[in-house]
Amino acid sequence: METKYLFKRYKTWWVKVAVPKEQRNELGYDLRQSLKTHDLEEAKRLRWDVVESLKTKIKSEDSVGIIEKSKDPIEVYVPPTDTAYNQYYHKVVDCQHACPAHTPVPEYIRQISQGNYNEAYMLNWESNVFPGILGRTCDRPCEPACRRTRTHEKAVAICRLKRVTYDHKDDISSLMPVPEKSNGKKVGLIGGGPASLTVARDLALIGYQCTLFERDPKAGGLMRTNIPSFRLPEEVLDEEVNQVIDLGIKTEFNSEIKSMKKLLDKDFDAIFVGTGAPKGRDIRIEGREEANKNIHIGIDWLTSIAFEHTKSIGKKVIVLGGGNTAMDCCRTAIRLGAEEVKVTVRSPFDQMKASEWEIEDAMGEGIPIHDNHVPKRFIIQDGKLVGMEFEKVEAVFDESGKRSLVPTDEEPVIFECDDVLVAIGQDNAFEWIERDIGIDFGEWDMPIVDKVTFQSSNEKVFFGGDAAWGPENIIWAAAHGHQAAISIDSFCKNQDLYKRPEPKTTLISQKMGVHEWSYDNDISQAKRFLVPHADKKDALKDLKLEVELGFDEVTALEEAQRCLNCDVQTAFSEDLCIECDACVDICPTDCISFVHNDSEENLRNKLRIPAVNLNQQILVSEQLEQTSRVMVKDEDVCLHCGLCAERCPTGAWDMQNFLYQEAKVYS
Amino acid sequence: MTYIVKPKNHHPLLEKNKLGLTRRDYEGAVSTLCAGCGHDSVSSAIVEACFQLSIESYKVAKLSGIGCSSKAPAYFLNQSHGFNSVHGRMPSIATGAAMANHELTYLGISGDGDTASIGVGQFVHCARRQLNMTYIVENNGTYGLTKGQFSATNDLESKSKYGDDNLFPSIDLPTMAIQLGASFVARSFSGDREQLVPLLKAALSHKGFSFLDIISPCVTFNNHKTSTKSYDYIREHNDALSKPDFVPLGKEIVTEYPTGSSIEVPLHDGSLLALEKLSQDYDPADKIQAIKNIQESQRDGKVLTGLLYADPTAKDLREILNVSDKPLNTMGKSELCPGSEKLEGINSGLR
Repeated sequence: METKYLFKRYKTWWVKVAVPKEQRNELGYDLRQSLKTHDLEEAKRLRWDVVESLKTKIKSEDSVGIIEKSKDPIEVYVPPTDTAYNQYYHKVVDCQHACPAHTPVPEYIRQISQGNYNEAYMLNWESNVFPGILGRTCDRPCEPACRRTRTHEKAVAICRLKRVTYDHKDDISSLMPVPEKSNGKKVGLIGGGPASLTVARDLALIGYQCTLFERDPKAGGLMRTNIPSFRLPEEVLDEEVNQVIDLGIKTEFNSEIKSMKKLLDKDFDAIFVGTGAPKGRDIRIEGREEANKNIHIGIDWLTSIAFEHTKSIGKKVIVLGGGNTAMDCCRTAIRLGAEEVKVTVRSPFDQMKASEWEIEDAMGEGIPIHDNHVPKRFIIQDGKLVGMEFEKVEAVFDESGKRSLVPTDEEPVIFECDDVLVAIGQDNAFEWIERDIGIDFGEWDMPIVDKVTFQSSNEKVFFGGDAAWGPENIIWAAAHGHQAAISIDSFCKNQDLYKRPEPKTTLISQKMGVHEWSYDNDISQAKRFLVPHADKKDALKDLKLEVELGFDEVTALEEAQRCLNCDVQTAFSEDLCIECDACVDICPTDCISFVHNDSEENLRNKLRIPAVNLNQQILVSEQLEQTSRVMVKDEDVCLHCGLCAERCPTGAWDMQNFLYQEAKVYS
Repeated sequence: MTYIVKPKNHHPLLEKNKLGLTRRDYEGAVSTLCAGCGHDSVSSAIVEACFQLSIESYKVAKLSGIGCSSKAPAYFLNQSHGFNSVHGRMPSIATGAAMANHELTYLGISGDGDTASIGVGQFVHCARRQLNMTYIVENNGTYGLTKGQFSATNDLESKSKYGDDNLFPSIDLPTMAIQLGASFVARSFSGDREQLVPLLKAALSHKGFSFLDIISPCVTFNNHKTSTKSYDYIREHNDALSKPDFVPLGKEIVTEYPTGSSIEVPLHDGSLLALEKLSQDYDPADKIQAIKNIQESQRDGKVLTGLLYADPTAKDLREILNVSDKPLNTMGKSELCPGSEKLEGINSGLR
């Protein structure tokens, strides 16, 4: 298998080698070691040495006498799945596993369906700090992972349900944790975006004194400056940013840090850099200088609108770029009064970087997207920008899959314009960090940051969010923030930074009666519900009128019912099984098979329906008493309907709720 | 008993048969039998067999009497015809229906009480007459519906769940069926799908009276330590005669058997039941040997399973009676009742 011996924790790849049964008392179920890399290819290369060394360790622990017994059963047979290993069931909860901050999605969706919006909000707040903001703006890595996408349906509208927790909650101030009393340690946070705010929240709660430095007059970072208020209303942003600041964070607004050296001289015990990727990329083509007055860098332009420095734009506007910033730019331009806005992008339409729904929304507002258009020059007449010339291209892929954009030899295309918005990417900017203060920089002039600890080569300085490894999105920043906070706490206590705290997990049977579960196991056949939008005519006139209106309570309830409760696990006890096959017969998706054990590949192939999705685990039992077979369950399309447990005469199957809470520095 | 409806969602890679249907299309309502009941496994094996044979559900009539087993037809093939008859009277209903319309596939589901006690007379004549049907007994050796009394197939040495002794010897239905002239007789176990599905497919393809005695444990009343029809007892004492492999029409046998160890039973529709012999004295065409095998295995305290006896050349009831090829239910009144003139003619011929 491609990822044999490998598994992922947070973003980091680890190696895991199973321990033979007879040595488990001494060594545990398996031996693990971090490869300290996020890159799968690199992990694949690095793994063999580590696997060798772990295997040697197992062998050396093994006394000479019992070599005979362990004739490598690992290679031939799949050992029983260790469900006590906390990542096994976690991986079954696809949405939570895919979320960088590991938000317990099914748990909060169940709270929504019970009308407990406050509890649902707090579950989110603990994991991702900004439920109201993310419920409107998240990049939603959870949704493509949703099990519903594998059972022929659209994903549960997880992101919109997150928004429901914000929209329908009451006053939650009594639920907010109270910070512990000061521990005397001081942490400086540079940049007031989601990464810094997350670090600040986590550390403030356990008594750290945090000081936040922000160059703008308010905190929020790109959430404030780059996301227009028709997508994210200011009051939502203010509320959730202030929730953090009100925990006792010292703020220094309008104070851009110009020298890291000077900051290091102040008495901070640790410094966190969460300055994002604040430099919009410019375009260097003919006419750029002359037309300067009418060419705007996308993110700077959005910032000046957020702070109400810019209030108008020309009649005809071209937006360059195919990412989410480009989508925000074109929709903002229309609201500022532009009459003809178009987006041009170099790549083909289906390779645009923007999220599908953002593209849909832009096109829904009547903005055309011209793909395969490479900008060639700005056209100036009488010293004024009047248009742009584009070359038409097509994408050609070479054998290694590398893309190149090849001109099609068609006539150049000319679009008229008064203003151009450049949204073709953004970069980090670390001119303010002196290069002689122990912070090493590597490729692309980026600081070298440890992928597990987020620590730089100056042990006092930590990086996270876009500042660490380039542009990602808000949910990644929050995930980085939690990890950096853990590292900063360990650092301040002189503890080993590589010793990461374990997540908290609980596994509780849901059985209430003979056929009664404490979760709703009926599978909703409803299609994904659409979210209502504000009237287009009004929306296009008002920069601050929120376009998406969010689910009302009834729709939220219906959509919540679509969740398959993947966190309610099918737990199997082989000692109770009488091999009656009732579970095999009832399973609607043919997940369960009783077969003779084999190598993983063979085992996967001989199931009732072969388990071909290698990204999904198989649950293998101990050998069964009557027929010496093993029970194998393919986790891929299990609906978690609990019918196996309902049809089981002996309770060998049980439905158990697995709650996985990612470790935070506060408990 | 289950409260939710089985979700209609199925595995995206679920196989389709010649009719473009999946196995799920052959299912019925969700079972209301006890969780773990062997009958549900039999239902599931029937679903699998009908799916694999690409049978059109609406051309099947499922008939039953009374008992847990006789509830089972509700749980498979929900698009076929069904008749839940009086206790033990399923064979008469089947005979009437099959005589009126022989173009349907007749599948009778009965239990040990329904067949070996109250309905034993009906069963006997149905087998003797070679009615073209598949007759399944879901045999659990107990009256589950009335809470665990001994049935007529319960073995002498088997005690009840509550410790009572069984005072009477058991009726061996396959032996009876062979003696009565059934032309396809097999015994199987609900917990052995690999054996059961090919046997079901062959039984459904056989013309004449196919009889299947399926040991189907009652988890609630007859799955205890002193039972001889429990899951673990059958698994421990199962004495399989052969490994069956159903070969559909036009397909070649791909499995290679060592010389002399395989037997082929040709079926009327051109398909084939290939059997890998597991016992030296096995010959399913030899009636006397078949009965001998059953008796010997019984003596040795084993449960003989597999195809016990088959005569693919035997005539069925319609051939014996020389009934019209045109189903009676498609004939008009004038054909069915030719009138007094014809009667006069017949009468005068007898004078």
